[in-house]
Amino acid sequence: MNDISRSDNRLSMEKSDPGRRGIRFKNTLKAKENVPAGLARKTAPKLPELSEFDVVRHYTKLSKINFSVDTHFYPLGSCTMKYNPRVNEEAAALDGFAGLHPLAHDNAAQGTLEMLYDLEKRLCALTGMDAFTLQPAAGAHSEFTGLLIAKAYFAKKGQDERTEIICPDSAHGTNPATAAMLGFNAINIKSGPDGRVNPDDLKAHLGNKTAVLMLTVPNTLGLFESRIEEIVEMAHKAGALIYMDGANFNALIGLVKPGELGVDIMHINAHKTFSTPHGGGGPGAGGIGVKKHLEEFLPVPRIKKESGTYKTDFSCPDSIGKVKAFFGNVGVLARAYAYLLMHSKKELGGIAENAILNANYMKSRLQEVYPSYSKDHCMHECVLTPPSELTAKGLKTLDIAKRLLDYGFHAPTIYFPLIVHEAIMIEPTETESKETMDAFITAMLEIKREGAADPQLLKDAPHTMPVKRLDEVQAARQPNLRW
Amino acid sequence: MPKQEEVKYTKTHEWISVQGEEATVGLSEHAQHEMGDIVFVELPKPARNVEKEKPCAVVESVKSAFDIYAPVSGQISALNDEVTKDPALINQSPMDKAWLFKIKLSDAAQIKDLMDWNAYQEFVKQNAH
Repeated sequence: MNDISRSDNRLSMEKSDPGRRGIRFKNTLKAKENVPAGLARKTAPKLPELSEFDVVRHYTKLSKINFSVDTHFYPLGSCTMKYNPRVNEEAAALDGFAGLHPLAHDNAAQGTLEMLYDLEKRLCALTGMDAFTLQPAAGAHSEFTGLLIAKAYFAKKGQDERTEIICPDSAHGTNPATAAMLGFNAINIKSGPDGRVNPDDLKAHLGNKTAVLMLTVPNTLGLFESRIEEIVEMAHKAGALIYMDGANFNALIGLVKPGELGVDIMHINAHKTFSTPHGGGGPGAGGIGVKKHLEEFLPVPRIKKESGTYKTDFSCPDSIGKVKAFFGNVGVLARAYAYLLMHSKKELGGIAENAILNANYMKSRLQEVYPSYSKDHCMHECVLTPPSELTAKGLKTLDIAKRLLDYGFHAPTIYFPLIVHEAIMIEPTETESKETMDAFITAMLEIKREGAADPQLLKDAPHTMPVKRLDEVQAARQPNLRW
Repeated sequence: MPKQEEVKYTKTHEWISVQGEEATVGLSEHAQHEMGDIVFVELPKPARNVEKEKPCAVVESVKSAFDIYAPVSGQISALNDEVTKDPALINQSPMDKAWLFKIKLSDAAQIKDLMDWNAYQEFVKQNAH
């Protein structure tokens, strides 16, 4: 039998029935009298006319067709879509955080300032960096802040000739973009056959024009830069700074302190490593950690503690200034803080270990059918490729990803990293059970069997979603935009 | 229409065909295939000076955005507006209708550094994952 309600995909505007109302406001006529004549609109706005019950059903239905971490396994590589503990929500919703006016005087904001101060200290301890700022809004903004700091550092040293930033091809794509945005020349270096930075190739590119080497650790192939100490030493010898993209810090937390490896600047993604994935739908929250020699350039205000009282300090003459209004995305930072308070030091190491274990479990069970880019063990994510039996039939990674939706799984990251042809990048995170991973693996193996027997089934997928395969090419070439 | 066996290639997959002091630049058949359906093209400004191996245009496909590098130094002398209007041309006709721009060469000797058809095919084979 056809579920009529399920197949009703009309927009709220299309469901509108003239005269139907949710709430009837009293005294609306009086409100009209108070609007100056020139400002009152002449025609009524076009709004859907629905009952309150209609609206509740409309949005509940929409929420049911949504894919989210709370409803589906979401193994999106490089996004760390882990479970967001509900206690985080309770913490962030505390009146003292949620109800605080952003312009409140330091005296009236002691709780929030203490939380941010202590979060900075805890992040320093975890990363081995000397000072942190939590102002950046997310990852790319953190990179921007970090490179501004590098720029200020070289300007103060009188080394304006350092205009180059080296980014390996296994770095996050935002790294060279950030470099370009700040007027640096982004120099791309190719990974070696093992998927890691080739120190000899790096050496050839390092020089007195190099400002920063931007390393993503683990890199986008899910691999740890095993020669990182050698790489860091080479870059430092050339007078360059090391920036570490810490978006993948979930693989290192509690196990490795980048500061001890010689990293000068690094960022964390509070909305990845410390739960609230994708910022719970947005916004995210970033943060930059620096070594002592760069602390003076951090954004203002810094949060200081003096005789038991927290205060905002703007007296930093070499600071790069403000990069975000007020203190950053404090709601997400409060969630990260709650998450950190919930875990002991040992438990934090367990997070990374289990994230690595889960990714390697997926890799080892899938790689016979979906060849892995790297033969080595991976860190928190693995990069696979489609089976040759499927590519021989003209099937692509996209077809596999779309078919996964029919099995009730959000697709992994696809076509990234760019250096892997038809990449399928899977990050299960530590919060998934073996049962869930096994179900995903079964679906992947079943999809291979289906595609070999009936390629069209995959090419037409998804079959069970509210919309079928969308014509993404047409949508991009001839967008039909309304706003 | 230049034949793909007769033009020169860069390591970044542009083809270049020289006619006297001017050269036509496009994307190789291999490149368009790898990029997938192309949805957007941004060509350099008219008469802009471009530098060998420096990015001068952008092509965006459903997979990603790609920089297009100038195979040689010189000044932009012509642009193919058809390809901006209909980016799908690159997928359909990369060697012919979808040439991207023409460069007035500033140093004709730079052509010698580029790969011929055989060398390019070998290069593509070696870089296949």
